[in-house]
Amino acid sequence: MPRPGFVQEVDRSTPPQLFWRGENFSLEKLPADRSRVIYAPEPHDPIKDIDGAIRHALLNPIDSDPLPELLFPGMKLTIAFDDVSLPLPKMTRPDIRQRVIEAVLDLAADAGVDDVHIIAALALHRRMTEDELRHALGDRVYDAFAPHGTLYQHDAEDPDNLAFLGATPEGEEVEINKRAAESDLLVYVNINLVAMDGGWKSTATGLASYRSLRHHHNPQTLLHSNSLMDQHRSELHKSNWRMGKIMRDNGPKIFQIETTLNNDSFPEPFGFLGKREWEWNARDRATFVASSKALNRTPSSIARKIFHSIEAPHQMTSIQAGEVEAVHKITTENVYKQQIVEVQGQTDILTMGIPYICPYNVNSIMNPILVMCTALGYFFNMYRGKPLVREGGVIIMTHPTPWEFNSVHHPSYIDFFEQVLSETTDGVRMHKEYEKKFAEDDWYRHLYRTGNAYHGVHPFYMWYWGTHAMHHCGRIIIVGGDVRAVRRLGFTPASTLNDALEIASDVVGRTPTITHMRVPPLMIADVK
Amino acid sequence: MRALRIDRSVSRFAISRIAASVSTARAAKISSLEHVTIDLPECPGKGWMTLRPLLTGICGSDLALVEGHASPYFEDWVSFPFVPGHEIVGLLEDGTRVVVEPVLGHAARGHKPPHPDAAPGDGDDYAHLALPPLKPGIQTGFCCSTGGGWSEHLWVHESQVHRIPDSLSDEAAVLIEPLAGGIHAALMAIRSITQNEHTEPTTEPVIAVLGAGTMGLAAIAGLRKFAPSAKIVVGARYPVQHRFAAALGATEVVSPDDLARAVRRHTGCHMVGDYLSSGAHATIDAVGNSASVDQCIRLTRPRSTVVLMGMPANVSVDMTGLWHRETKLAGSYTYGTENLPDGSSARTFDLAIELAAEIGADRLLSATYRLHEYADALAHAGASGARGDFKIAFDLRPINKESH
Repeated sequence: MPRPGFVQEVDRSTPPQLFWRGENFSLEKLPADRSRVIYAPEPHDPIKDIDGAIRHALLNPIDSDPLPELLFPGMKLTIAFDDVSLPLPKMTRPDIRQRVIEAVLDLAADAGVDDVHIIAALALHRRMTEDELRHALGDRVYDAFAPHGTLYQHDAEDPDNLAFLGATPEGEEVEINKRAAESDLLVYVNINLVAMDGGWKSTATGLASYRSLRHHHNPQTLLHSNSLMDQHRSELHKSNWRMGKIMRDNGPKIFQIETTLNNDSFPEPFGFLGKREWEWNARDRATFVASSKALNRTPSSIARKIFHSIEAPHQMTSIQAGEVEAVHKITTENVYKQQIVEVQGQTDILTMGIPYICPYNVNSIMNPILVMCTALGYFFNMYRGKPLVREGGVIIMTHPTPWEFNSVHHPSYIDFFEQVLSETTDGVRMHKEYEKKFAEDDWYRHLYRTGNAYHGVHPFYMWYWGTHAMHHCGRIIIVGGDVRAVRRLGFTPASTLNDALEIASDVVGRTPTITHMRVPPLMIADVK
Repeated sequence: MRALRIDRSVSRFAISRIAASVSTARAAKISSLEHVTIDLPECPGKGWMTLRPLLTGICGSDLALVEGHASPYFEDWVSFPFVPGHEIVGLLEDGTRVVVEPVLGHAARGHKPPHPDAAPGDGDDYAHLALPPLKPGIQTGFCCSTGGGWSEHLWVHESQVHRIPDSLSDEAAVLIEPLAGGIHAALMAIRSITQNEHTEPTTEPVIAVLGAGTMGLAAIAGLRKFAPSAKIVVGARYPVQHRFAAALGATEVVSPDDLARAVRRHTGCHMVGDYLSSGAHATIDAVGNSASVDQCIRLTRPRSTVVLMGMPANVSVDMTGLWHRETKLAGSYTYGTENLPDGSSARTFDLAIELAAEIGADRLLSATYRLHEYADALAHAGASGARGDFKIAFDLRPINKESH
């Protein structure tokens, strides 16, 4: 029986806590008697018969006819799936998307459906490589569809292949992939790693154009999404749900398939990263010492390759299919079951170790903008109720924050960091003054459409993701980061955690309460 | 009188080139530059008068001589031994304070000017620079007949001197010569855009400047004055250069390695390999080495001009890009009579005197040294960027004399 999440009060006998530092980690001692550490619930048991569960979900959907009854010869069937940003780390083969899509294709074949397109719903993310597509879908699906041009990736900048479905009463334009929009049935295959994912966000975001996305990916919306993990208090989700209504009225019939995974994130020999420190055995301690010392001597590019080659053992804990909103309600409950930790009250200082990976640097570099987004856009938002850190409090994160970018994946990030952040860190101002130019830059558009580059506007979205945290906190400190890069972000650099706590005392006094989020594994703090 | 003098010595040039790789100060001590007592040369003729320098700057071309990097090209255009120094503010015999336009032009050499009212630098035949009555010398500071600014006295011709207003300090005035060089390069760049038949007319051209030492800053100031709506994108190496470039009107200042990306952002073009598909409407290279010339060609739009302001000497550049893009490389040596964007014309030095006052040029003078401290002075000038400084000059004023 997996143990629930846990809040450890730190006293003098508490062992030091693990802090991620990109492609490395350290043990840090937090002040006794005023610090606490939040641990995620242990990984829930996966479903034993995964293929059986998938088939059951397809044949017994929620608020929908069974999938076989929606399939007929001569129909246009489109299967869309979540892209390389999920799950994190990538899961061991076979990926759950492969299993679900193969099951859908089996039923389609049984029904005599021969017009099937498979589309990576990558919105403005970078195009996946062939290896990444094969990993997500399996060789059988890839080889059957890709050579015929029926497995491809959504292009949010292809005017000939976008369809306008209408606008919400708030004026939000809904424009999605034309093939998906004109299909008799759109099957969406989702992986719901965090509560933010899924629902109408799958289609209204994953298959949308910039014209459509800009209505909810902006500083105003994200400032009022409190939090992104709490759909009912998230303007981002409300906007997606309004767009969903337009899609339901004017778009294709949608059969939503959502899956949840447990948080079993690291295989051996990295299994100790998911354990609570006082439960480390001698082997765990030895592995920690050996690996951290070895990583200290390893060039970052090699360390990056080692970590990005990790395949997580996480497995499916639930699958539900059918009508979008009904499905997503259950999915969210299942995510909460795995990730919710009840926490009493807010804290003056929130600490977090930033790992090597986030949704936007798979097989790539965690550049400074992504460090910011991981900490302030994701980890800060892993709450329900109130933020873990009080208004005016301090966030301290650990990460080397190198002034380093992947020029293939993140070309516009380089310019955003150089030009926009040297002028302003104010999301509203950059939205007004710079976003359009980046979004419409022909070179970025070309690289997004034909290479493996994130869309030109993407670094803005990353910045907006952190807007709520930046407005909420009195100071943000990065320990161990490249000083120039940290300052360019508008944050405060510190050499050690103790230095950071000293700096934070200017804002929160000499004896602040401290809470350390021990992520990953992922968790959501339900702050009472 | 005391002076710094440089003599022809092939072996010393070679040794100082090696020494310069260690330090400019070491090169100065080994080179054929000497601190000596000499007599003022004989008066060159009619129209010449003596000048007592107050401040004389140290230019990149002076450093190239001391460090042994100067091109053999100059062998036939200078006359040894000569006293260097051509960025001069000084006093004439009657006490008039002037700056020297150092080019030894037709009038100074007793030759017929190319046109009435010609400036010393005007004309398209350089024969006079190598013909009697003066010994060869492209400028004061490179000619044994006239002397140079790194001494207590020199000869200047009436065609070379520009009276400066009392309101302009010596410290600002010593920057007038480099400012004139920057203005000349800026106007060349601007004209290359307005006269470029291959480019659509634009009111907001993108002009790139690589390098933000004294000359780069002078060019930026010139561009901002004569192309007020231009987007001036600057590649600068040191933080202090970033600050000054921005203060003088640069639209964006980035590190040199990021200049191509910055130009791309402003022009909205593509990057194809290491080249921009289009690029800056004109580029000023204020560095002048192989890497800078190569970089400037890569970021300048096809069929447009790279203005070489930094003296390049020997460079090795893959010219395929230049050939394919039909890029024009235009040297920008000095100054003379300028055709301005509004259709009028003016002497570059007169424009520079105005600009020196407008921008408060004295802030670009970072340090001064006495003549006998020449090794330290040259070392400082050789490392001025890294030390957060710009112009270094010799102070030849009597000790305790207040500046104007």
